[in-house]
Amino acid sequence: MTDTAQDKAEKASTPTMHLQARASEGFLPDEPRGVIQCEDVNVYYGNFRAVTGVNLKFGLNEITALIGPSGCGKSTLLRSLNRMNDLVDGARVEGQVLFQGEDMYGPKVDPIEVRRRIGMVFQKPNPFPKSIYDNIAYGPRVTGMRVENMDDLVEEALTKAALWGEVKDKLKQSAYGLSGGQQQRLCIARTIAVKPDVILMDEPCSALDPIATTRIEDLMHDLRKEYTIVIVTHNMQQAARVADRTAFFTALADEGTGDRTGVLVEFGKTTQIFEHPNDQRTEDYISGRFG
Amino acid sequence: MARIGSTLAGTIRPERPIASGTNGERRPAALAFLVVLWLSLLVAFGVLVTLIITIIIDGQGQFTWRLFTEFPSSDPDRAGARPAILGSAWVIATTAVMTIPLGIAAAVHLEEFADKKNWFNKLIELNVQNLAAVPSIVYGLLALAFLTMLNVRDKNIVIAGALALSLLILPVIIIATREALRAVPTEIRQGSLALGATQWQTTWRQTLPSAVPGIATGSILALSRALGEAAPLLVLGALVFVSFDPNGILSGYTTLPIQIFNWTGRPQEGFHQLAAATSVLLLGVLVLMNGLAIYIRNRFQKRW
Repeated sequence: MTDTAQDKAEKASTPTMHLQARASEGFLPDEPRGVIQCEDVNVYYGNFRAVTGVNLKFGLNEITALIGPSGCGKSTLLRSLNRMNDLVDGARVEGQVLFQGEDMYGPKVDPIEVRRRIGMVFQKPNPFPKSIYDNIAYGPRVTGMRVENMDDLVEEALTKAALWGEVKDKLKQSAYGLSGGQQQRLCIARTIAVKPDVILMDEPCSALDPIATTRIEDLMHDLRKEYTIVIVTHNMQQAARVADRTAFFTALADEGTGDRTGVLVEFGKTTQIFEHPNDQRTEDYISGRFG
Repeated sequence: MARIGSTLAGTIRPERPIASGTNGERRPAALAFLVVLWLSLLVAFGVLVTLIITIIIDGQGQFTWRLFTEFPSSDPDRAGARPAILGSAWVIATTAVMTIPLGIAAAVHLEEFADKKNWFNKLIELNVQNLAAVPSIVYGLLALAFLTMLNVRDKNIVIAGALALSLLILPVIIIATREALRAVPTEIRQGSLALGATQWQTTWRQTLPSAVPGIATGSILALSRALGEAAPLLVLGALVFVSFDPNGILSGYTTLPIQIFNWTGRPQEGFHQLAAATSVLLLGVLVLMNGLAIYIRNRFQKRW
């Protein structure tokens, strides 16, 4: 990860054009330009293989949704994309997860740096027991980012997360005073503040009401211009609404041991997955016949 | 009356008032059990009240400013507990300084950094639990042996007493701190780590500050236990008659429990009254410390 500046510069120039094209014509390249790429990824917890043989590309400035029934390994896969799984005892990853072409599980890679570049928003809003301001400033402070003016950075992150207008007069108040939806947007703002390349979202709306959910979905559309987003969701309508591409996972029983393991069934543009799925299992799932 | 052969469908329930006034407990066994519970409470509470009232009555004559300002004397009407008060303060303060950082550090290591599946760490964890139940006099003997090994001649000094009391309450502080750390939700740690914070930063800036109220409560309760201890200090040869103010960690000392012990052993009635008055003082300090602990817990403990 030595060529950060170069990558950032590249990212700043190309994708914008990309997006304007898409916004006007609904254009989406057939193949994603992979920022994160999974090659034959298996994820284990001890002896249990939670995810088996996943090949997947997460495209630059695209929203990719991971859907599937409970226990299909989609959250596990998501957590292996920024090495959060390292924190679980006995968790390990086989195969390669490439981030900008580099194996993020390589021996010289610092997981701290991986997590700084690939942020994560959790299922339950988890603001820190600090002020709104300090929630945002925490990431830049601990990662040693060079910040010229922290106030500006806080305002920028909150603005991007569509929260600035609601909290600008109470930045010094505890984040615990915010509603659930506001807390989740604060968590998104907190993630943005460390300027990651990718944002992983693990069912970010499952604890929120429909109005708060809509706001987060709108926010994701805005954030796509600058970030690559991967979202795990149980809500198929949500996947259909927000995602450019969708990956459908299911749980298969291993023939030898009978243990269930998650596999990728089908990956494609969201329109294709929802309108013309190639696999019968995908069709059954999205039409509500199982899962 | 239920008749044999009547079907459920045909049964009409008689109207019954819901306000029966018996709190739902009307079976004799349940009532008897309740009475036993109340009696148990009464016995425990009665003993405590009797004790407090007795020492207050015994000690009221001697509970004057003289108790705070005067040195011990052979005349009970001129004697006071000033060196014992100062000695207790010195010993407890030294104990706090020695134990609290050590206990917190050990707990943080066990809870946040140590591999919990490692057999060695499991052994340590088990031992910490057991150490909390070891009688205090054993720690006195341990400190005595340790100081003898170091060739310390005068073992009746503040730092030596504090060492014994530290050994006594260290496991208690470790356990209390671990409980407090465990009460901090995993989501907070994960949120911090997901931003690119290190484990160390996460512990130092998120987990530990959130656990401070619990740690403070546990530490105060542990110190109040140390304050009431006499046995380990007597083993170390703490002085029973001190006619000077302790003035440092190498100074000789006595403490309130030792002073009480000493006066109780004297034949004169006046000294027994002094012991009772000093007991009232010691109890008062303990109540204040425990009250402070409860206040901190209620006021600052976070609800997640």
